[in-house]
Amino acid sequence: MQTNASGDNGRFGQEPTNTQKLTKKEFETPTDVRWCPGCGDYSILAQTQRILPDLGVPREKFVFVSGIGCSSRFPYYMNTYGFHSIHGRAPTIAAGVKAANPDLSVWVITGDGDALSIGGNHFIHLLRRNLDINVILFNNRIYGLTKGQYSPTSEHGKVTKSSPMGVIEHPINPISLALASSATFVARGLDRDPPHLQAIIRAAYEHKGTSFIEVYQNCNVFNDGAHSRFTEKDSKADNVVILEHGKPLIFGKDNDKGICLKGTNTEVVSLTDGKWKEEDLLVHDQYSVDRSHAYFLSRMSDSPDLPQPFGVFRSVDYPCYEYQLEEQVRAAKEQYGAGNLESLLASGDTWVVE
Amino acid sequence: MTKTRKSIKEATILFAGDSGDGSQTIGAQMTETSAFAGNDVSTFPDFPAEIRAPAGSLAGVSGFQLRFSSDDIHTPGDACDVLVAMNPAALRVHIDSLKSNGILIVNVDNFTQRNLKLAGYENNPLEDGSLDRLQIFVVELTRMTREALKDTDLNAREMDLCKNFFALGMVFWLYSRSMDYTLRFIERKFSKKPKFIEANTLVLKAGYHYCDMTEQFATSYEVQPAKFPPGTYRNITGNSATAMGLVAAAHKSGLQLIYGSYPITPASDILHELARYRNYGVKTMQMEDEIAAMGVVVGAGFAGALGVTGSSGPGLALKSEAINLAVMTELPMVICNVQRAGPSTGMPTKTEQSDLLQMLYGRNGDSPLPVLAAASPADCFETAYECCRIAVKYMTPVIMLSDLYIAFGAEPWRVPRAEELAAIDVQFHSAESGTEFHPYERNDETLARPWAIPGTPGLEHRIGGLEKENCTGQVSYDPENHDLMTRLRWEKVERVANEAPPTNIHGDASGRLLVLGWGGTFGAIRSAVDQKRQDGASVSHVHLRYLNPFPLDLSKILARFDAVLIPELNLGQLRHEIRARYLVDAIGYNRIAGYPFEVSALVEKIDAVLGDG
Repeated sequence: MQTNASGDNGRFGQEPTNTQKLTKKEFETPTDVRWCPGCGDYSILAQTQRILPDLGVPREKFVFVSGIGCSSRFPYYMNTYGFHSIHGRAPTIAAGVKAANPDLSVWVITGDGDALSIGGNHFIHLLRRNLDINVILFNNRIYGLTKGQYSPTSEHGKVTKSSPMGVIEHPINPISLALASSATFVARGLDRDPPHLQAIIRAAYEHKGTSFIEVYQNCNVFNDGAHSRFTEKDSKADNVVILEHGKPLIFGKDNDKGICLKGTNTEVVSLTDGKWKEEDLLVHDQYSVDRSHAYFLSRMSDSPDLPQPFGVFRSVDYPCYEYQLEEQVRAAKEQYGAGNLESLLASGDTWVVE
Repeated sequence: MTKTRKSIKEATILFAGDSGDGSQTIGAQMTETSAFAGNDVSTFPDFPAEIRAPAGSLAGVSGFQLRFSSDDIHTPGDACDVLVAMNPAALRVHIDSLKSNGILIVNVDNFTQRNLKLAGYENNPLEDGSLDRLQIFVVELTRMTREALKDTDLNAREMDLCKNFFALGMVFWLYSRSMDYTLRFIERKFSKKPKFIEANTLVLKAGYHYCDMTEQFATSYEVQPAKFPPGTYRNITGNSATAMGLVAAAHKSGLQLIYGSYPITPASDILHELARYRNYGVKTMQMEDEIAAMGVVVGAGFAGALGVTGSSGPGLALKSEAINLAVMTELPMVICNVQRAGPSTGMPTKTEQSDLLQMLYGRNGDSPLPVLAAASPADCFETAYECCRIAVKYMTPVIMLSDLYIAFGAEPWRVPRAEELAAIDVQFHSAESGTEFHPYERNDETLARPWAIPGTPGLEHRIGGLEKENCTGQVSYDPENHDLMTRLRWEKVERVANEAPPTNIHGDASGRLLVLGWGGTFGAIRSAVDQKRQDGASVSHVHLRYLNPFPLDLSKILARFDAVLIPELNLGQLRHEIRARYLVDAIGYNRIAGYPFEVSALVEKIDAVLGDG
């Protein structure tokens, strides 16, 4: 039974088959995890396995679908239903799973190359369709599985195996792209900030519609330290702005800096020089239907001088694709009567030969 | 004056005009009316890729050929008895298909200097004597349509839109047809624009009465009903039959039908048709591209739905990656390929059967899957249904081959009763306590793996494109295992041959020549073989539905004939397979012109082969 326009049906498994709360352990598989030691993927896996038992969804209702790349090995390590598919196509397979059975909790695990390069088209269309699917994009800004070529999020000038003289392309800004694709839930997390990442994964699950999480993930073999500005003790505080709905954007070791919107640009201001007060700062509104606010925040990543926002950029309600599809089936049955084999075979202009 | 009515066995009519002239509409009306009158019918719509090419141009000519008969017929005819040409371009494009002494009806109002020039005529062919071999009826079709509508409040442009019905009215008179079916059609079609109900009705009747009144037309014709086996019939195109076959399979099996597709000629009508079946529980998903359309189908199959996609050659090229994923993960689904002329974009509105090898082999690795082909418009129903049945029974993607000619063509179809349809048993796997679940444990008979769908407690498992360990389904790089799994996938598809009924041999079970065909060439081959058999030639016809695997009895059948002729609308793809597989030195007859075979050309080829023997 669907109860509202966003397809809130009380969520998956309102009648759990097992009233005993699941544990993290039950979401682990006996398979050896085969990422490189020290890879950021381990943390993302662990946070997901920690959050899932809290959701009250029976294990058999989870489906993890991935494409190709290091991150896409993820489903092998989740003791749920899983589909390790083909490069870039996970959103399409996940859409098929969800459309066939809206009662499942469907997750897409992908990477920067998988989602934004070979699967770019599917990525934007998944978001605009707004199926109730959660997408976690592991962004390490490099091709790891193929051993070190630049990715669509690699910065301009980056020297890699396939760009010995430096990358000559602009990087994609995944959050901006998601917003441009009408994504209804957009967030960013860090592999090195487990509690924050868990909170985001949970919020993504709770959002009805396609939830997109970009996770800054470190590839310690081919692109070590790509995100160190946001993870290391000495630089973190000055480079990370945590987004909280309704609160001004404040950061810095002593909460001494803030973000202002001047025209269409975001700027860092000091809260200690007497010129600026908290009331002058940009206040985060994650529920803004207008995408501009979230978009301004997303563009902060384009400037190396600005800190970067982490948390939920946008979270708005919009009817889910699979719900509307079921609704059309229901409406058609109401209008024309539920079809069956006999009515099918009797349809059209027929005549009888005796 | 007195008019005479002649009884004839059959007739072939070709309606042709600009793409916007409504030739397809009146062709379809004449088809339905003839089918209702009990004739056997066969049609061939032929239209340009351009939606509206410049008016009056050769590129913009749209035609609809229709043959109706009191006999059992299989093709829309090589040559026409009647050509209705709405302008000089239509005349020029189709004049050669009109029989000597055939009836030519032209809309003389469109034979202007400008249109004649556009069609490349230096002189007006209606005046220069070049058409003297014909019975020409020069009709002021535009003027008389306007005349018929002078008391309505339609403007001139709206009036001209109705003129196709004047032509249809004339043809109805010529073949002694009732106007009832079309009058009902007009009421339905224009229910939201009532002024066109009145207008088209007036014009249809005006066309009919014009023939009745004018002395130009002295003879009308009558074609008696054909003898059909008892049953309920309807007229159907191949694409509609495919759509119905899929819905029927979904209902028989109890599965939800999910159709993922991306618009492409000539397959889009399947999408359009299925989108109207929401009340049958059908979910159509128009995806962002061909790849995504295949992807949702793989996902739907994994989740326990009957996933189906439809496309044409260029789309299949894009889908091959995800089809291969389905081969590896052994999930059931159906892929309909409505073939068109290739390679690349080729000729999107012309027919061909040149994707066979692409379907058999166009994927990386040893990647076998069943391939079945429909032989005629109505046969698309049974073939689509059979593909679904095999897909779920053997847990495999199945390719259904159709082609533009049968997809757009129509014929009467005896609608099966629900209980006549073969059973489709679906068994979703469930957990058995005390036993570990193995996603690649196989059924002894079919080698199918279990269908274990998400949501089932205790069967949580992971699948994917990496090679699987036999039985457990774990990722495996073991050399012996890969060899074994490759053979198991192959063997599973080979066992699908057990589903093929004994091959029907039309004609003698042995003899001098076997004509072996597949797909939409059925009608032409059957007609040619029948013609030769009537002459006493030792020739038989086998038409294959199962192209992979081949029927088990095919080898023996081939051996019973002195020679095997394989006519194909490609350069010999089935012949390549037959020669490789059975070491039979089959002869080819190949034509790649974008059009179906002409029966007369096939007859000539059969003569040549028999003569050589």
